Amino acid sequence: MTAALKLVNLSKTFDIGGGFFSAPRAGVRAVHPTDLTVAAGETLGIVGESGCGKSTLARMLVGLLPPTTGTIEIEGAALDTADPAVFGKRIQYVFQDPISSLNPRKTIRQIMEAPLKRLHGMGRADRAARISEIFASVNLREEFLDRYPHEFSGGQAQRIGIARALAAAARILILDEPVSALDVSVQAQVLNLLADLKRDFGLTYLFITHDLSVVEAVSDRIAVLYFGSVVELGRAEDIFRAPMHPYTKLLADSAPVVGRALTAPEGGETELPDPLNPPSGCAFRARCPRATALCASAPPPLQARADGREVACYHPLDG
Amino acid sequence: MGRYIVKRLISAIPVLFGITLIVFLIMAMIPGDPATAILGSYATPENVAKLNRDLGLDAPLWQRYFIWLGNMLTGDFGQSFALNRPVLDEVLERFQATLILAGTAFVLCSVFGIIAGVISAANQYGFADKAITFVVLLGISIPSFFLGMMMILWFSVNLRWFPVSGMWPIYGDRDLGALLSHLTLPAIALAVVATGVVARLSRSAMLEVLRQDYIRTARAKGVHERGVIWRHALRAAMVSIIPVLGIQAGFVLSGAVYIEIVFQWPGVGRMLVDAILTRDILLVQGGVVFVAACYVLFNIAVDVAQSLLDPRIKT
Amino acid sequence: MTAFLTLLARNRLALAGLVVMTVVVVLALITPLLPLADPDVTDTGNRFVPPLSPGAWLGTDHLGRDLLSRLLWGTRLSLAVGFAAAVAAATIGAAIGMIAGFYGGRVDNIIMRAVDMLMAFPYILLALAIVAALGPGLINALIAVAAVNVPFFARNIRGITVGIANKEFVDAARLSGLSNARIILTEVLPNVVPVIVIAMSTTIGWMILETAGLSFLGLGSQPPQADLGSMLGEARSALITNPHTSVVPGLMILVIVMAINLLGDGVRDALDPRLKSGALSRPMAATRVDRRSPVPPAQDAAAVLDIAGLQTQFHIKDRVYRAVGGVSLSVKPGECLGIIGESGSGKSVTALSIMGLVASPPGVITGGAARLHGDDLIGMPYRQLRDLRGRAVSYIFQDPQATLHPLYTVGDQLIEAIRAHRPISVKAGRARAVELLKAVRIPNAASRIGNYPHEMSGGMRQRVGIAMALANEPQIIIADEPTTALDVTVQAQILALLDDLRRSRGLAIVFITHDFGVVGQLCDRVAVMYAGKIVEAGPTRAVLDAPMHPYTARLIDCVPELGGGKRRLEAIPGLPPVVDKLPHGCAFADRCDRVQGLCRAGTVALEHTGNRAVRCHFPVNERQAAE
Repeated sequence: MTAALKLVNLSKTFDIGGGFFSAPRAGVRAVHPTDLTVAAGETLGIVGESGCGKSTLARMLVGLLPPTTGTIEIEGAALDTADPAVFGKRIQYVFQDPISSLNPRKTIRQIMEAPLKRLHGMGRADRAARISEIFASVNLREEFLDRYPHEFSGGQAQRIGIARALAAAARILILDEPVSALDVSVQAQVLNLLADLKRDFGLTYLFITHDLSVVEAVSDRIAVLYFGSVVELGRAEDIFRAPMHPYTKLLADSAPVVGRALTAPEGGETELPDPLNPPSGCAFRARCPRATALCASAPPPLQARADGREVACYHPLDG
Repeated sequence: MGRYIVKRLISAIPVLFGITLIVFLIMAMIPGDPATAILGSYATPENVAKLNRDLGLDAPLWQRYFIWLGNMLTGDFGQSFALNRPVLDEVLERFQATLILAGTAFVLCSVFGIIAGVISAANQYGFADKAITFVVLLGISIPSFFLGMMMILWFSVNLRWFPVSGMWPIYGDRDLGALLSHLTLPAIALAVVATGVVARLSRSAMLEVLRQDYIRTARAKGVHERGVIWRHALRAAMVSIIPVLGIQAGFVLSGAVYIEIVFQWPGVGRMLVDAILTRDILLVQGGVVFVAACYVLFNIAVDVAQSLLDPRIKT
Repeated sequence: MTAFLTLLARNRLALAGLVVMTVVVVLALITPLLPLADPDVTDTGNRFVPPLSPGAWLGTDHLGRDLLSRLLWGTRLSLAVGFAAAVAAATIGAAIGMIAGFYGGRVDNIIMRAVDMLMAFPYILLALAIVAALGPGLINALIAVAAVNVPFFARNIRGITVGIANKEFVDAARLSGLSNARIILTEVLPNVVPVIVIAMSTTIGWMILETAGLSFLGLGSQPPQADLGSMLGEARSALITNPHTSVVPGLMILVIVMAINLLGDGVRDALDPRLKSGALSRPMAATRVDRRSPVPPAQDAAAVLDIAGLQTQFHIKDRVYRAVGGVSLSVKPGECLGIIGESGSGKSVTALSIMGLVASPPGVITGGAARLHGDDLIGMPYRQLRDLRGRAVSYIFQDPQATLHPLYTVGDQLIEAIRAHRPISVKAGRARAVELLKAVRIPNAASRIGNYPHEMSGGMRQRVGIAMALANEPQIIIADEPTTALDVTVQAQILALLDDLRRSRGLAIVFITHDFGVVGQLCDRVAVMYAGKIVEAGPTRAVLDAPMHPYTARLIDCVPELGGGKRRLEAIPGLPPVVDKLPHGCAFADRCDRVQGLCRAGTVALEHTGNRAVRCHFPVNERQAAE
């Protein structure tokens, strides 16, 4: 199993405050140092609630945001400049909001041609041929090419966004909440399309979402993010059925399920910690029913177990 | 709040320096030298050189700036050669008159502009809206100096309701009544354009706010429509109206120059125009810096008002 | 471009402005060709000839010069200077603004500090200073006016650019390999141009006024050459004796600037996409009611709320969107009714129609009734309706960030909700507000009451929203997707809270959602909506276990159930119909795999069997449903 994508010690700290000349007053750690490996042909799901750092992570992976520490390796080669044009050929991005990711003043053809022209320097005839090919593979009609983005529904626009990402001929796609702006009946269409494309083109996906059932249905493995750190990593079929980290369990219990009685899965009315004033030790301990004094001492490290499951907890559940 | 005011005052210091620098650099672009202007074009080169030395004009530019700045900080704005009196004395005296005129116009434009805008928005596409929109359009299209002239012609010459010009009667008491009768026409002429601008902006700000979800929430709670418009919508709209009031304050303060000319109002604007035409550089410099500095302070007050209104602004 | 011109032409005032401007510009252009007297030749023997005299239609000025000729030449000059100043200011300002906004960071900081510095001057004062330095003259006045307006353009365009630079399509362009320069030119600029045009068309009138003003002061055009401002300035001394010399140039300025302003407003309206869609119209206090058909009778006498044949439409330009096409529902005391559907199904519009909260314009309730204990709320006088809002029927909305007023504390907003319906002292109101916050389990209620909404998390804000709905002990709460904007762990807390409240207080709830899981946990009965109509209704368990309408069945299959691992999902092909072009028969026919000729033949009725109802000729699970 070769690694398509490897993150080593990747982290991001945003500076807060500070004036024109003065140094920033504080830093907010959006992503704590993280190691992750995605195998070629795999779909790694990343799931977390708002503020967990999943979008920051995604933007670093395509070079839109320079990391504070750490390196990104794609197919064995490290990329050390945060230059989207360098990244673009090897790793592409599908945006959450399909409409706002398309320039309202360009035709679909102009949007599709940009990566072919700028990243691959293709000639006019080659470009037209390649666009036909891609459009056929995402089930879009070629007559759409001369229209403007506002003429499309959310589902169609997201297909166009996927088509643009494919045009760059990258083998890794970062899918950042690709279906959360879509209606349920259209979601399934797009998710199935993504599965077909992956099979046909041998792609590797990093699928970021807040939707547990979606991430489980599309992923091989899932990483659960909480407050900027991976707290649990495991196979998709196991992780919500038999969670080991108390946070994963909370997530799984919170998902509305038909027929399950309504009880708040946690007793208190607690929410995320304050990023400007992070707690010591485990970030989840204030909400955790299993927390002990040990949890306050230092953040628990992410430890691999024999079955490949990784969990960052001093008192994991039995799984 | 006190800390916020202090913070804003401190942050105004570089702006004030910037203003003096901009004014100084603009004035330094003047071709020819002031000594020639003072002495006339028949002056001998020796006399010009001597006066330049006396005025410190033979020093390099940056040195001259700091000398001028240092003097200003000690209250010495220099001497107006045309009037032969200290610049600061003249500016202070004239600024009082401008302040009365512009201050009145500012109050008029704020009050009537906001009220007109709110009524207009609350009755969108109704008769009141159309009437206000038309009057406002007329208001922002008419040159204030032309309006002033027409007002003199009609209200002073034809109807004899108000004096033709000046700030005080030539004979008679200088009491409040006299001031008000002299002030009415120029203040209105000055306020008209600004009122139009404020009304337009208030209308669109109100329309923007009235579509917001929290207005629907207020209605769903059963709040009276009056309360929805004046308490919920106007309060939120003020967040975008207040900065415009700040800009309009600058507009009436400087736009007063036209009105001062038309109505012979002894303000700082008329003084500046005269000083420019006679190339009385120190008077221009001093006048511009003084008025601009006052405007900077006024804008701090605007910011403070804004922070009182909007709790989301970090103080 | 043609669309733009049609839009402009539709606006009659703008058209009038355009016509006047065209006439003025054409006159200015052909002035040198017209048989006019030389504008600068003095003839002191013929001073102050009144208008309409032979040889001088508009009379002559204090030096005996022909006013008509001077007026046309002056107009030519004023227009040229005004346009030049506007173009210069717009170009320079837009360039500065785009660079500052796009690059951000230190570049932005330095540029915007300088702009702020220039804007710290009351701006005519700055123009005066510049003219003072350059010396009086028309070109110098032009430079001064342009320079003074650059910061306004820069700041305006920067704001727009920052917004665009953060858009996802700019990131997408980066990932497509475009360089910064290319992104500015091909991604940012085309989106900024309309704003530049709008800003220019609305400020060009100003520029003409300002240059005229400088000339009026004697700092612009120098004699004998005259623009409109200096004509007015020279005429001032003869204002009282010979007013026509002032009125002629003054009126000309007024006409020009007014025409430009009308045209500018028209351009703005035509280019601003929000204005185009009519989004900037003010919603009225209650939705407009225009019932063409007889009001249907009530269906269920025991119900708290009984909706019968409700129809709500949106009238946008010449299109009619039938958002709700005849919905009948009823809710009993203490019951929780779920309405489920995808976006555009009409579920929220149904909920908002009940108390007349659909934005109007463009919304109109065109039929049906909504009875609260037998009294029809549709078409009720505003006074009575307002009295019931928040007292008998209250709402909880979707996004708690947007639905609370940002400038009032949550305590004030709670107290207001109470005081809208009964006089209560501030102290008693405060006590009641604390009580309400405790009821929705907000920790430290007494201190939280002084918080502003932005100081709370999304979950806490939604608790405040619920507290506000409870303030007057309503009989029924309508919750419009109250947990959709929340994280899943917070959603679970809020749902549990709502469930507790309804059981302890005997509340009736209408719960709007798109999530079957939520409906399954909370609601006693559910109604499924598609394209503005109820396609299926019944007890929640029964509908979820054995859906009868093919749409319900397939929609449930689209949602992967947790715990099943990786798998392929059942998708519904195609898209829901747009409600301004509804098909003749069943709205789901085009996406349905059970479709037959009958489905497209005519309207399908909602058939009731026992406690279930379905709008389908060929329902699924019929036997299971009957059991």
